[in-house]
Amino acid sequence: MIKVLKAGFYTSIQDKGREGYASIGVPVSGAMDTYSSDLANRILNNVETDAVLEIAFGFCAFEFLSETIICISGGHFSPKINGVPISLQTRIRVYKKDVLTFGHNSFGARCYLAVKNGFLTAQVLKSRSFFQNITLQSLLSNGDVLPIGVFAASTDPSNTSVKIVEDHFESQKIACYNGPEFDALEAFQKEALVKQVFTISNDNNRMGYRLNEVIENELPSILTSAVLPGTVQLTPSGELIVLMRDCQVTGGYPRVLQLTNTAINQLAQKKTNDTFQFVLK
Amino acid sequence: MDKIPSYKPFGKQAILIEWHQDIDAHVLEDMLRFKEEIQKERTHLIVDFIVGYHSLTLKYKENIFNYTDEIEILQSIYKKDFTAIKTPHFLWEIPVCYNLEFGVDLEEMTLKSRLSIQEIISHHSAKIYTVFFIGFLPGFLYLGGLDSDLFFDRKPTPRLKVPKGSVAIGGQQTGVYPSSSAGGWNLIGKTPINFFDVTKQQPCFAAAGDKIKFTPISLGEFHELEKEVAENKYSISKTLLHD
Repeated sequence: MIKVLKAGFYTSIQDKGREGYASIGVPVSGAMDTYSSDLANRILNNVETDAVLEIAFGFCAFEFLSETIICISGGHFSPKINGVPISLQTRIRVYKKDVLTFGHNSFGARCYLAVKNGFLTAQVLKSRSFFQNITLQSLLSNGDVLPIGVFAASTDPSNTSVKIVEDHFESQKIACYNGPEFDALEAFQKEALVKQVFTISNDNNRMGYRLNEVIENELPSILTSAVLPGTVQLTPSGELIVLMRDCQVTGGYPRVLQLTNTAINQLAQKKTNDTFQFVLK
Repeated sequence: MDKIPSYKPFGKQAILIEWHQDIDAHVLEDMLRFKEEIQKERTHLIVDFIVGYHSLTLKYKENIFNYTDEIEILQSIYKKDFTAIKTPHFLWEIPVCYNLEFGVDLEEMTLKSRLSIQEIISHHSAKIYTVFFIGFLPGFLYLGGLDSDLFFDRKPTPRLKVPKGSVAIGGQQTGVYPSSSAGGWNLIGKTPINFFDVTKQQPCFAAAGDKIKFTPISLGEFHELEKEVAENKYSISKTLLHD
């Protein structure tokens, strides 16, 4: 078990999310950056579907009530055990009463804390991913006690460390395909979409990222239809919204682009005022 | 009616199938039957289906490497005669209290139209609505069939918190908020029924293709039913539909 001493700004349990419930309007959810969450699980020899903690913006603290091994991946929030800095992408043995803290951010927007055999909070509609009105909580609170998987002391304690693809955090190129309404755009609008450098506005969260720069357009709204994580919507006011993992299942704005899964993971590690360009595949 | 759908790639893991741009119950039936048939033949490849007013989106487990081939397979499935597929649909009767306590926009709506509050209520509860699909929020039903006399523009500024169970009209649509959320629709009443409950085997009782009828109840009845729902003693009145 792990006790939440300080929950931070936006800390939630996430796994691979809920597929198969779109017909009742349930979003997919799941880790925003699956590249990093998968990596943390893989280093611990966990299964891919084991739940991890997603920590956005750092500044939180946890106390281990039992021993286990952990691995942290994703953005860098100066993780420390009992005040001693620890490495990312590394198996780390922790003991009862150890305190793990996350502080200021040096790169990335979200980090993942994986524990041996995953977090075991309640599974609702086949997933442990927090989501309002589906799971009891949508965010962690101070004092929460989180059940974790069984740890057998015989588990290989060697400090496996894995290198990550640096491009994942640094790339300014967000790869995408034409969206279903891409061809409704005029040539100059299509060109603007790929030439313009876009800036992430402060309205960015697990549901979507709004961008600062606008693409003026006269596109009619569409009959409400499917949207997916990674769909880029263009609003009548010219604003672009990149939908992320917690997005609704349907929407009514034209869908001009569709991000690759890698691009969603990369965007998940960008924050307010970061810039990037769309690159069409 | 031109019912032949068109197919478009939607990223690398989805295919968007679109019918003509219309809100049409016949298209809905065609779409739902096609969905059943695809489910039978391609279920091992598909993780989810998203239904819209005139579109069906198939989400695949893996990247689709050859769209042309996959679309041809879907087209051949569509050519089959699946008109015999009959998914049972239900008519659900939803009690609604149109008291001004909940219908906070009713008075303003009478000023924007020639209808009295009583007329708005009787028009709204006279119709049988078709559930086209569920989206926006878990358990939010997109209903077709609103009386054109009841088309009211959305409010210029959305409310930050519309209470759970609110029955509302937005543009040419009517619906029920399954949970409290921000929303810009005109509030005309409230139902004590849960439209989304994860503790139930079926978190949302309704499905695309079902019908909904709103039945007016008094404030007293509302509070009684609210108690019955909370104690799990209430079951929604439903009728099996035959076509």
